[in-house]
Amino acid sequence: MIAFILKRLAVAIPTLLVLIVISFILMKVAPGNPFAGEKTVPKAVLDNIFARYGLDKPEWQQLLEYIYNVVFHFDFGPSFKYRDRTVNDIIAQGFPVTFTYGAWAFLFATVIGVSLGVAAALRQNGWIDHLAVGLSIGAQVVPNFVMAPVLVLVFTLWLRWLPGGGWDGGHWSNIVLPVIALATSYLASITRIMRSSMLEVLGSNYIRTARAKGLPGWQVVFRHALRPAMLPVVSYLGPVFVGMVTGSVVIDLYFSTGGIGQAFVNSALNRDYSTILGITILLGALTIAANLVVDVLYAWIDPKIKL
Amino acid sequence: MLTDRRIGNLAHPAPAPIEEASAPEKGRSLWMDAARRFRRNRAALVSLAMLILIVLFTFVGPLLARWDIETIDWTVVGSVLTKGMPSFETGHYFGTDEVGRDLYSRVIQGTQVSLTVGIVGSVIAVIVGTFYGAVAGYFGGRLDSVMMRFVDILYSIPYMFILILLLIIFGRSFIMLFVGIGLISWLGMARVVRGQTMALKNREFVEAAIAGGAKPLTVVFRHIVPNLLGVVAVYATLLIPEMILLESFISFLGLGVQEPNTSLGALISEGAQTMQYGTIWQLAFPLIFFVLLLFSFFFVGDGLRDALDPKDR
Repeated sequence: MIAFILKRLAVAIPTLLVLIVISFILMKVAPGNPFAGEKTVPKAVLDNIFARYGLDKPEWQQLLEYIYNVVFHFDFGPSFKYRDRTVNDIIAQGFPVTFTYGAWAFLFATVIGVSLGVAAALRQNGWIDHLAVGLSIGAQVVPNFVMAPVLVLVFTLWLRWLPGGGWDGGHWSNIVLPVIALATSYLASITRIMRSSMLEVLGSNYIRTARAKGLPGWQVVFRHALRPAMLPVVSYLGPVFVGMVTGSVVIDLYFSTGGIGQAFVNSALNRDYSTILGITILLGALTIAANLVVDVLYAWIDPKIKL
Repeated sequence: MLTDRRIGNLAHPAPAPIEEASAPEKGRSLWMDAARRFRRNRAALVSLAMLILIVLFTFVGPLLARWDIETIDWTVVGSVLTKGMPSFETGHYFGTDEVGRDLYSRVIQGTQVSLTVGIVGSVIAVIVGTFYGAVAGYFGGRLDSVMMRFVDILYSIPYMFILILLLIIFGRSFIMLFVGIGLISWLGMARVVRGQTMALKNREFVEAAIAGGAKPLTVVFRHIVPNLLGVVAVYATLLIPEMILLESFISFLGLGVQEPNTSLGALISEGAQTMQYGTIWQLAFPLIFFVLLLFSFFFVGDGLRDALDPKDR
């Protein structure tokens, strides 16, 4: 097990470094500098500013120092735009929000998706199966940025049940619509994957054997079929996580929830390069970590992989 | 990533060297068989028809338009809700947008842009991904592990953020959008093609080609790649809707094509912002085209996969 995790880490760490280097280079080759404003600043002042942000050193040294600070101190440096804030401040403000609705959406999509998929497979061609298949086909073409306006139209403008935006310290009514908008397409995919893999497992020989020796139906399903049938879903959780992270950009923009996606877009439009860099690296690291966890989880569940 | 999984099931396509297709006495070829199976799939056929209709519409539609994409109809400005409704009298068949431009023309143009992005993304994926994957799979060994490790690393980078970064740093333009999409679209294709190549390279016809004195690269491009076309076709069709989704996402954020040009994602974004004033058609028309387009591509892709790989069912 340890060796397996180490082997995966051996891929994850270079990936993270490549990500940092690519983002850093992109930031360096960007035209203009972040301090260019309407009025021309005297060269001496500009030199001072550059020295303050460490931009007067050679590029390779800046890169190494940046990596050192990120890796060992978890310090993404000062914001180029807001004098009194660091990138860490900006992240600390937005991340909890994104984490809250992201975690709910992740749970919602996984739990409902798996249950619906299992139920559909157990009652193949029943009404619940038709519902599950219909949902998974329909939601395939309704991404979160389409889902969000439609939800607001129905639940805010027509029914007037839920607020169409804002965060309000994470009040439940502000969380519901973002979670649904974010989760729907993944819920549909998980349902479809779970259904087809469950059908496959239920048709296999060892399930027939289990039934033949007289085990009760629920025991066959939960003790024998569920675990192997979960495997494709587990391997899909990586992409789901990535989708939640990128989806947060849409959710934040549409519902004004003030999460990390909003910070990303704002800093992008303000050319606040250090903040963009910090957020990209943070989210990239989380993605890589999530993939690692999924890999380990997969190996742990799959009896065929010997650790 | 979804497509990956579906392709993953496509373990071994029916072995039928392309050369056989030209020999009539051999009976039904792989492609004729596939076409027959495809025709029996009603959902795929309907989707294909829909797709053809939409594409035709983007060519024929502009001839009927009475307004172009950027001219502002000053008679509706300020009262879009009452005068900008879809109507034949004013010539705005789909109504107008918030600033009084004709939505009919804009939806047509948006559909064209979305289709172009999807197709360009797929073409890049086909060209780069096929060659890359075939070379890695055929030569194997250290070259293969280096090439595929590179793909692994690129794959686990959250490309959406890199793409947004690219668009912001270098400015929004078609070229940047295509570069960004091209950078990522070929990765999945390379993996799929590599796996297929590894399955194919020990077949007799490859051995025969090598025995006949063909150089390694000739074997790859003349003998292996043609046999991969089935998988490539399926994957490319399923990739198009994903590219369209990607572009729409970028456009929704306001980073896609620039005004007055538009795309379905941009139109949906505009419609979503204005629907609270009651101008629901501004969301409805682009959304209908978007959904139909994606549906069609998904079903055609599914149909193609079923047709080319009967074992999967």
